[in-house]
Amino acid sequence: MAANAAIELKNITKTFGHVCANHNVSLKVNRGEILSILGENGSGKTTLMNMIAGIYFPDSGSIFIDGKEVVIASPKDAFQYKIGMIHQHFKLVDVFTATENIVLGLEEKYDVKNASAKVKEISEKYGFEIDPDKKIYEMSVSEKQTVEIIKVLYRGADILILDEPTAVLTPQETQKLFAVLRRMRDDGKAIIIITHKLHEVLSLSDQVAVLRKGEYIGTVKTAETNETLLTEMMVGKKISLNITRDEPKHPEDRLVVEDITCMNRDGATILDHVSFTARSGEILGIAGIAGSGQRELLEAIAGLQHIDSGKILYHNPKTKQTDNLRDKTPLQIRALGVRLSFVPEDRLGMGLVGNMDIVDNMMLRSYRRGKTMFLQRKPPKDLAETIIRQLEVVTPSVSTPVRRLSGGNVQKVLVGREIAAVPTVLMAAYPVRGLDINSSYTIYNLLNEQKKNGVAVIFVGEDLDVLIELCDRIMVIGSGCVTGVVDGRTATKEEIGLLMTKSVHEDMEGGADHVETGEKNA
Amino acid sequence: MITAFIQRAVMQGIPLLYGSTGEIITEKSGHLNLGIPGIMYVGGISGVIGAFAYENACTSAGHGMNGALAILIPFLSCLLGSLLMGLIYCFLTVTLRANQNVTGLALTTFGVGFGNFFGGSLIKLTGSELPSITLTKTSDFFRTSLPFAKSLGWFGQVFLSYGFLAYLAVAIAIAAAVFLSRTRMGLHLRAVGENPATADAAGINVERYKYLSTCIGSMIAGLGGLYYVMDYANGIWSNDAFGDRGWLAIALVIFAVWKPGIAILGSFLFGGLYIVHNYIPNLDFSKQELFKMAPYLVTILVLVIISMRKKRENQPPQHLGLNYFREER
Repeated sequence: MAANAAIELKNITKTFGHVCANHNVSLKVNRGEILSILGENGSGKTTLMNMIAGIYFPDSGSIFIDGKEVVIASPKDAFQYKIGMIHQHFKLVDVFTATENIVLGLEEKYDVKNASAKVKEISEKYGFEIDPDKKIYEMSVSEKQTVEIIKVLYRGADILILDEPTAVLTPQETQKLFAVLRRMRDDGKAIIIITHKLHEVLSLSDQVAVLRKGEYIGTVKTAETNETLLTEMMVGKKISLNITRDEPKHPEDRLVVEDITCMNRDGATILDHVSFTARSGEILGIAGIAGSGQRELLEAIAGLQHIDSGKILYHNPKTKQTDNLRDKTPLQIRALGVRLSFVPEDRLGMGLVGNMDIVDNMMLRSYRRGKTMFLQRKPPKDLAETIIRQLEVVTPSVSTPVRRLSGGNVQKVLVGREIAAVPTVLMAAYPVRGLDINSSYTIYNLLNEQKKNGVAVIFVGEDLDVLIELCDRIMVIGSGCVTGVVDGRTATKEEIGLLMTKSVHEDMEGGADHVETGEKNA
Repeated sequence: MITAFIQRAVMQGIPLLYGSTGEIITEKSGHLNLGIPGIMYVGGISGVIGAFAYENACTSAGHGMNGALAILIPFLSCLLGSLLMGLIYCFLTVTLRANQNVTGLALTTFGVGFGNFFGGSLIKLTGSELPSITLTKTSDFFRTSLPFAKSLGWFGQVFLSYGFLAYLAVAIAIAAAVFLSRTRMGLHLRAVGENPATADAAGINVERYKYLSTCIGSMIAGLGGLYYVMDYANGIWSNDAFGDRGWLAIALVIFAVWKPGIAILGSFLFGGLYIVHNYIPNLDFSKQELFKMAPYLVTILVLVIISMRKKRENQPPQHLGLNYFREER
């Protein structure tokens, strides 16, 4: 047996601007071994893998393949070292067949029949189920993923990196994928898989490397660990942030979500019987792995997402009436006197128009109030100036296109505008993403102020430390289901971390199954 | 009369076939070149300039014209003119990533102006009374038909009676169809137009494919202008006589659902619809104009049908009209 690892990273560091994405990461994978990389959102997993795949270049540190130091400057280099990465977002041409996608970019003789035969051969070897002549747009997500995997195998890869391959799969499809991965491992390939899901880590991998906020925490043998130990490594010890949190004053139910279910366009369930209550004068935190349905939940409340079943009841504090917001358009919701201010995740995409200046962006919310056919620019201009002053927005002037401002300042403009609408329910999704510490605290204070004014605040966040210090209650969602609601004052990070990585389906279907496979591997 | 109609329809269709084959190859790379009418116009006038220079040189030297040169000179100057137009379009939209629609429309305006300016200048040089340039001698070379065209009755008239450029148009369209569906480069080109990011990740040089397909497409389209002057119009150039054929070629691309093979038949159909009013007796002027609308109506009909059928293969390339910038997310 050769003692050299298939691939080894030593002291890899990568920074983007002032943000350190990876700091001194070292890890290695042997042939015939599966390594899981575990970490929360933003812990630097994908960045690290992109450096192996040649998409990014490390600032310092070295990469060894079979014991030899190598420089991977481009995806082509990575391919030469037989490294294949399967990205989270598929890179496939929709109107092409599986085979056409697989041979795309290769220099060999163009012969579809030959290529199809080779694809079939690979599929049979590892147990893929694929029709080489099927068009991509007719395929399910898992079939597309299969095409991506065969694509790298066709090119002869023997070090495979999979970036959250199970995020888009059903439990059954996941089991199939794992069976294939095990077969590849037994065939002597080195496999690195990125995932958030603890039970997958335990059932599939031989080793687990844990990253937290870009720091390399350590590698453990899967056989010698368990969910609790891994969660601790993943979320770390609690850090005190000193965010003020007052007791809620006279909380009353403002928004009662009862059992809502939503499907996306492909017919997959994105919100599965979600129920919760948001109270006035309280901050309700929503925690969960990115893409578990947070965005859809907020959009459903704001009237931007079609709801298949369930109710959203809004208790109007002025009229004391109760309205069902379901299936109302955003405008009808406003006309009812229901004020939902929505800070979308994608700031420039849905919140603001990048090419318009701050004043014009203010007007997007208020143009209906005008009485004449001409715009009144004075009130929005005053508002823009107030926001710039109060939130310390750094901008050359009120007439600068929003696109030119830095991320933090864009966020302040957006949150400021939403708060100026004097909402009764304020929903904010990742409002501090990409902001520096000071700007973050400005936003926390704004939210706290709204809470004091009796607004029901819903805060979707990714940093558990912040959620625990800022929120009165924290609801955790996983794969579109509510997996638990905890009290922000007593909750621990481990508790939330465990809730985040569990999903209701797994308990029902995959639970027993995974213990079994876990033992087989050990 | 039917044979004459078919013959005229084919001759009407050939410029459209050149234009749409060129545009299909261009659009397959994701670039919507609305400059095609202008490029065809420039292709025509460039050929005229080449032919004019050669004919004049021969006349003043007092010797007869060499057949090969009489064809080759206009042919090459046409290719050069349309290539330059294609390069302008590529530089603006691929390298500088300017808006494709605006660039294309500007190029059409420019091309027509360019053609009319040089057309007008040449007319002045000849000192002719009529507002046109007559290059009958050169045209005769271009219109040389296949042998037996006259002796085989209707068969000869329908299939053999055209100049070589007509057969070249069909050959290019067939070659384009084979290239797009059967070759690796064709596969890569289609990938660039469908999803340039994917093509880029697969190691395909996206910019090179865009440049090559747009420039080759422009040169093919330019030949449509050359055919129009030298063959269809018997070597007589007058300003604006080319008419709306460029736009019709773009409509034909949609009609042919981006398949050069269908474009061959479509071009003859469009050609027929374009002149059918001449073959219907007792039509007054206004009714003739109504008939001229037919090709566009058919195009709209095809658009409605393909939109209703929603078959993905019949849709335009997914990234048509969108410029590609790798670092954009």
